Amino acid sequence: MLRFAIRRLAISALVLFGAATVVFFAMREVDGDPAINQLGPDADPAAVEALRREYGLDASPVVQYVRFLQRAVTFDFGESFRLNDSATNLVFTHLTATAALAAAAFAIAIVVGFALGTLAATRPNGFFDRVVSVLSMLTQSLPSFWVGIMLILIFSRFLHLLPSSGAGSPAAMIMPAVTLALPLLSVVLRLVRSGLLDVLHEDYVVTARAKGLSETRVVGWHAMRNMLIPVVTVAGLEFGSLLGGAVIVETVFAWPGVGRLMTDAIAARDYSVVQACVITVAAIFIVINLVVDLLYVRLDPRVRESV
Amino acid sequence: MTDVPASVALGTPGQPVDVDKSGDDGPPAGTPRRRRRRLRLWIPIGVIVAYVVAGVIGPVIARYDPIATSVTDRLLPPGSRLADGSLALLGTDQVGRDLLPQIMQGARVSIMVGAATLLLAGIVGAAIGILCGYLGGIVDAILMRLADIQLAFPSILLAVFVAAVLGSSVTNVVLTLSITTWPIFARVARAQTMATKSRDFANAARTLGAGAWHVVRHCVLPAVASPLLVIATVQLGFVIVAEASLSFLSLGIPPGTPSWGTTIANGRDYLASAWWIATIPGLVLAVFVVCVGVLGDELRDRSDPNLSTR
Repeated sequence: MLRFAIRRLAISALVLFGAATVVFFAMREVDGDPAINQLGPDADPAAVEALRREYGLDASPVVQYVRFLQRAVTFDFGESFRLNDSATNLVFTHLTATAALAAAAFAIAIVVGFALGTLAATRPNGFFDRVVSVLSMLTQSLPSFWVGIMLILIFSRFLHLLPSSGAGSPAAMIMPAVTLALPLLSVVLRLVRSGLLDVLHEDYVVTARAKGLSETRVVGWHAMRNMLIPVVTVAGLEFGSLLGGAVIVETVFAWPGVGRLMTDAIAARDYSVVQACVITVAAIFIVINLVVDLLYVRLDPRVRESV
Repeated sequence: MTDVPASVALGTPGQPVDVDKSGDDGPPAGTPRRRRRRLRLWIPIGVIVAYVVAGVIGPVIARYDPIATSVTDRLLPPGSRLADGSLALLGTDQVGRDLLPQIMQGARVSIMVGAATLLLAGIVGAAIGILCGYLGGIVDAILMRLADIQLAFPSILLAVFVAAVLGSSVTNVVLTLSITTWPIFARVARAQTMATKSRDFANAARTLGAGAWHVVRHCVLPAVASPLLVIATVQLGFVIVAEASLSFLSLGIPPGTPSWGTTIANGRDYLASAWWIATIPGLVLAVFVVCVGVLGDELRDRSDPNLSTR
């Protein structure tokens, strides 16, 4: 178990280093110069040169790269070129907004997904099961930016119930969280349903029923525990894609999160912020993957022994 | 990164909701269940063909002019008469352009981008997958680890980044989406190659003196082709949604060429006064993606019932 964890950590560090390298050189391949972006195309060449020197962009790419790596290990990504704050600060303030959104969406997906999946599995092929199946297919194939716009149209424009954008009030979080939750919700729902259907015919479930246990206890305890493994794995891995989907949802609802920070920073050629965003997000993914793998080993005795 | 759970993770989420689980052995022809299965194949195919036809001949019949503006025809609801007397079945947008030709043009762009992406990603992915599966060893380890790492990142985030680096153009959208989809094809091709390369008929060919190229071409390739086609169908929906999302973020199709995503993005600013601009292209896109999804699931069930559990 310890060796497994150490090996995983080593690979993770390597991946993070790779991501940092790719983002560093990729950003410098993009057309457009941050200094010219800042001062406008007609700016005095001397002023542009001075600004480039201030940003440290006059050095050769290799020197810049080494400098960048040295500072990155201490979480120092330099100053933002346009927002007058350090990139690290910007990422962390925006990350809390994204984390709140992702956590809310994750909670919605898990709670509703488990509830609907269990209900659907107790009566396979029943009316409810069919309705849920169709809905889950729909939510998985609808583009989330469009779902978000439709929610705004219905709940803000027509019904005037919820604010259409921003992060001012708790009510403002409802629509973005629901939009973000829908794809994951249908994944959880399908997993819970098919997982339960698989185990409900197992001998130990029959035994539990024969003992006279209530249906709630049979399904909610005996059967549920054994279908948790795939659900935990996938739900964990999908938590990562929640952060990805957040980019789009944040744009639709003008949510001040890290996804929007990153797309804006890419557009503005704000190197330090892009680098900080990508590396932070990559680190989060790596940690999530690691936790899921370790959790998986703990949950499944077969894997535990083979490790 | 995730050798242990990957098989579980990849096998399960896309699993079709198999309503007909009890009828695996195939009930006799003519029963309602059989009929429903047939419908699940032919309705989506019909809809997809209709979209392709609309995308191909639609823009020829109803000319769409991206720079034409007509002040009197601005923001007209669906079913209105335009100033020149023609009927705007789906309404007009903020500069008075008819939505219907715009959406048909969008169908053309989206389907072309989707097909080109799948072709490129499919060929590259299959080549890498077959190479890895056939050779094994260090090549396999490096390339597949790369694919694993890439799959661990959410593809839309990667696409946003790649698209931003490449800049927005139709070719770059295809490139971006190919970069994010190739590992899926590579994985399937690799698994299929490994399963086939040591089968009796492949060994027999080798015993008769066939070289690696011959074995790949005549033994492995036919076995790889059909699962790849199934995967391509399933992926088509994802690719088209991804293209629309990129275009919506103005990182995809450039504004001059209308795609479903750019039209929806336009409509977002006019939600209060003109709901139809954002709603209708989204519905059109949704119907297409759902049909592709149903067709993909159905093809997967038909070609190999075990594929979903692998």
